Amino acid sequence: MQFIRKYLSSAWHTLFGDPVRAFGIVSLVLLLALAVTPTKEHFSEWHGYQRNYLSLIRDRGDAVSMRRRFEPGIHQIWMPALGVVDRCTTCHVGLNEASLADEHQQPFRKHPAIPHPVEGFGCVICHGGQGAATTVSEAHFSERDGEAPILPTRYIEAGCGQCHQNEMAGTPQLNLGRTMLTRYGCVRCHSITRPDGSKLMPTDHPPSLIHIADKTSREWIYSWLKDPQAYAATTTMPNYKLSDQDASDISAYLVSSSKPQPGDTAAVDVKTASAGKAGNPAAKPAANPADGASLYGQSYCSSCHAVQNAAGNVVGGNVGPELTRIGNKVKPEWLNAWLNNPRIYDVTTPMPHYRFTPQQIATLSDYLHSKSDADYGANVQLAAATPQQIARGRRLIIDGGCAACHEINGVQTPQNFAPDLSNIGSKPLAQIAFLPGMQHTVSTYIVSKIRQPRAFGGAVKMPQFALSNAQTDALTTALLAQTARSRTIPDTLRVAATADTNYQPAGHAGKLMTELACFSCHRINGRGGDMAPDLTYEGSSVQRQWLTDFLKNPNTLRPSLIRRMPRFNLSDSDNKELTDYMLAVYQTPTVDPDTAPSATNPAQVVEQGRQLFYSKFACQSCHIVDTKTDKGYIGPTLTHVGSRLTPAWTYAWLKDPQALRPGTTEPNQKMSDDDARAVTAFLMSLKGTAGIGAKQ
Amino acid sequence: MMKRVTPRTLRSSACLALLAVVVLAGCKHPGQSTTALKPTATGAAIVETSGGHQLGSTGTELKDPLIVQVNDEQGTAVAGALVEFQSPAGVTFEPATMLTDASGQATTAVTLGSIAGRYQLAASTAGKSKPVALDIVETALGYQQRVGSILADKYCTRCHDPESSAERVSNYDNLETKPHPFTDSNTLNKMTDADLTAIIQYGGPALHRSALMPPYGKTLTLAEVRALIAYTRALADPPYQPAGTVYAHK
Ligand code: HEC
Repeated sequence: MQFIRKYLSSAWHTLFGDPVRAFGIVSLVLLLALAVTPTKEHFSEWHGYQRNYLSLIRDRGDAVSMRRRFEPGIHQIWMPALGVVDRCTTCHVGLNEASLADEHQQPFRKHPAIPHPVEGFGCVICHGGQGAATTVSEAHFSERDGEAPILPTRYIEAGCGQCHQNEMAGTPQLNLGRTMLTRYGCVRCHSITRPDGSKLMPTDHPPSLIHIADKTSREWIYSWLKDPQAYAATTTMPNYKLSDQDASDISAYLVSSSKPQPGDTAAVDVKTASAGKAGNPAAKPAANPADGASLYGQSYCSSCHAVQNAAGNVVGGNVGPELTRIGNKVKPEWLNAWLNNPRIYDVTTPMPHYRFTPQQIATLSDYLHSKSDADYGANVQLAAATPQQIARGRRLIIDGGCAACHEINGVQTPQNFAPDLSNIGSKPLAQIAFLPGMQHTVSTYIVSKIRQPRAFGGAVKMPQFALSNAQTDALTTALLAQTARSRTIPDTLRVAATADTNYQPAGHAGKLMTELACFSCHRINGRGGDMAPDLTYEGSSVQRQWLTDFLKNPNTLRPSLIRRMPRFNLSDSDNKELTDYMLAVYQTPTVDPDTAPSATNPAQVVEQGRQLFYSKFACQSCHIVDTKTDKGYIGPTLTHVGSRLTPAWTYAWLKDPQALRPGTTEPNQKMSDDDARAVTAFLMSLKGTAGIGAKQ
Repeated sequence: MMKRVTPRTLRSSACLALLAVVVLAGCKHPGQSTTALKPTATGAAIVETSGGHQLGSTGTELKDPLIVQVNDEQGTAVAGALVEFQSPAGVTFEPATMLTDASGQATTAVTLGSIAGRYQLAASTAGKSKPVALDIVETALGYQQRVGSILADKYCTRCHDPESSAERVSNYDNLETKPHPFTDSNTLNKMTDADLTAIIQYGGPALHRSALMPPYGKTLTLAEVRALIAYTRALADPPYQPAGTVYAHK
């Protein structure tokens, strides 16, 4: 004790005894204290990166200019309106250096070319993570206080989807995911609201089950419920992993609650000129099974319906259900009635009313019934349903949420059946029940939920969807775009989704177009499918006689197309009605018939146009004018174009195709007025009569 | 290209090691259960069955799985051989190690790294005396290149790709002057970006070539033309080296 005191007092004396020495010591201590911060900074992580950057660029050809652009210290991109405080560029120093595009590691690689500059948007808006952090681990992986790690590159398109609600060419994964959310019925149970308040609406067409017993048997329903994909590999119906008892009870309820389809379907008037009254459509059996296949082909059923071929590939469209085993499913009477007029069973069906003759119905029906698989559901035998089973079936239907998609007698459509997913992409990690061993990110959670929903506990009602990895990734991307941040982004940056209009043509023509389901394939005034050309300006485009003939007997214009316009047995008066309506209503003011070149022209103008067509514009690379010499296979065949298109449309089209049909692949050739007139004159001379205008 | 090691990269190896951790931490790592796999046979050769030379977006799983086959000296498939897939950092396999199935094949799903470019992957098996390996190349497209690939599918490949697919009939055979497939780097590597921009914007005549190549300058924006060029460059094998190297190292 004594010793310590003595020692301290001597030390004090040595250090501060002399005022000059005391001053020196104090200054030294102060200096050291001041040096702490710069030293700490010198050894900080980001400073290390900046030193590495300088040594990386030292040996480059353009080192001098790169060093001039380099600014030492912490960088920050600050955009209060966007809530962006990003210091990422402190380490990622070379994001704008073109010559660092060949660098194969971050942080110094140039950012790949995207439409948005880093300075204008910062980094975390797209990538997530913590912009204000200055260490690698905090910026990229922090999970503190509801913070979330950066978005894996696999789902990076989710970043785009926060502002862009529309479909973009550069984000195929996001587009697919969003389409699937509406097409696989996700949004029938989960509600998803976009930042502008609009909701994602379903685009699928789950069948109504109120007349189900007319259509199929309880045994088929049972097999279907047990494993929908076993019946049709491509169906969007998920697997509910039902026990035998559950499937049996549900099928019992559906059949017992089914009400007979209204009206006497056999008496439906088939509006064909040739067939007159339909009588019983199935009266005459088909003579030759090959007729069925060819009628199926001619009617272009495969544009909408897929069938599994011998090689095991599913070929065909996905507008309607897959028909590989249709013979196992539907009852013959139902199929006849459906082919006769599908709108009686389901008023909203995308299937056209073909106006088949009774003979055609019998042929097609036989053909479709031959598409069956003797093994499918072969050993399903269900005892007659007891009232208890039926009651239990109803309970299961209510608990399972079946009525969220299907109309079912005696069961109400449930509201908000499953959790709202509007903000799922920014769901705080602390609120997520991760499974043991699962990586703690929202993306892993979503992927696992989609892949194996039932792994999250037996009480989970979400069914098992049959999805490829690419589809799961796409859905995950679309869901990750649903963030809280997307709602706080200024309106000016938001790009709205393009919703279908509810355009409906008027009068008898409108009724015909609904019956023929034109909108399943064609788009008109912002409503309809994209399988076939947009018809909004069809009236300006084509000539009357051609349209009449085409509706009567559509021969394909494009040799390379796989999906084609089917033939409907329209009566002459219905045909005229439709033609008149389209010519009168589907007009564009930009195509002016008065200033257009005339349909007939002096021979030398035609010849001049012919030369321009073949040499200057080389149109034969995509189009056929003379079947003997031309082979172009991309655009429509033009051998009859003079009797198909109006001169005014042709001229306007040559001048600027995209103005008339946005997105068309026909290149705008910048034709002068004179050239366009001459080429129009040449095209108008092509009436399909051999030789005229053809190349010698 | 991806694996070139220069003194410069060696010098900053410490930082790269750290980065490797950063990149890898984001990916699930399959194949830890290697020890559980007991090979029952060894082969003499390993060959690619399908799934090589694919294009995919950065960071995503390739559309088709990678399938390799292990054969013995007679070229007969060997079942039960241990196959291991290796890759540069960032690429993941599911699974990374496996035994060949009854038909001698090993199938894995490949997820590309998050940096655009060409990835050199390898599949190897024990072999009779020494290990045998197979090189596989896959390409990851960045945003701009992928936009280019979508545009090319819409506007260009029907003429430029001689192969037809179920959904697209090729127009190649119908053209008097034949275009080159975008994979033909012998032709395209000799053309500068300015040449490509000119022929895409103004058509064949801009470079005194056939008018069968249409002009797209009024149909596509300059950004879209650049995306198309970036895409064709990404396809080039051997890789495109711009003349007058800006990035020359001492
Ligand atoms: C109608 C068919 C056609 C279409 C569509 C087409 N090209 Fe071409 N392209 C050609 C022909 C033919 C040539 C060869 C011209 C020559 O060598 O005289 C060519 C040449 C080229 C060349 C020069 C290299 C070569 O292959 O000889 C480039 C680059 C090119 N095209 C890019 C494009 C791009 C990009 C698109 C899509 C925007 C496109 N092309 C669409 C027919 C077409």
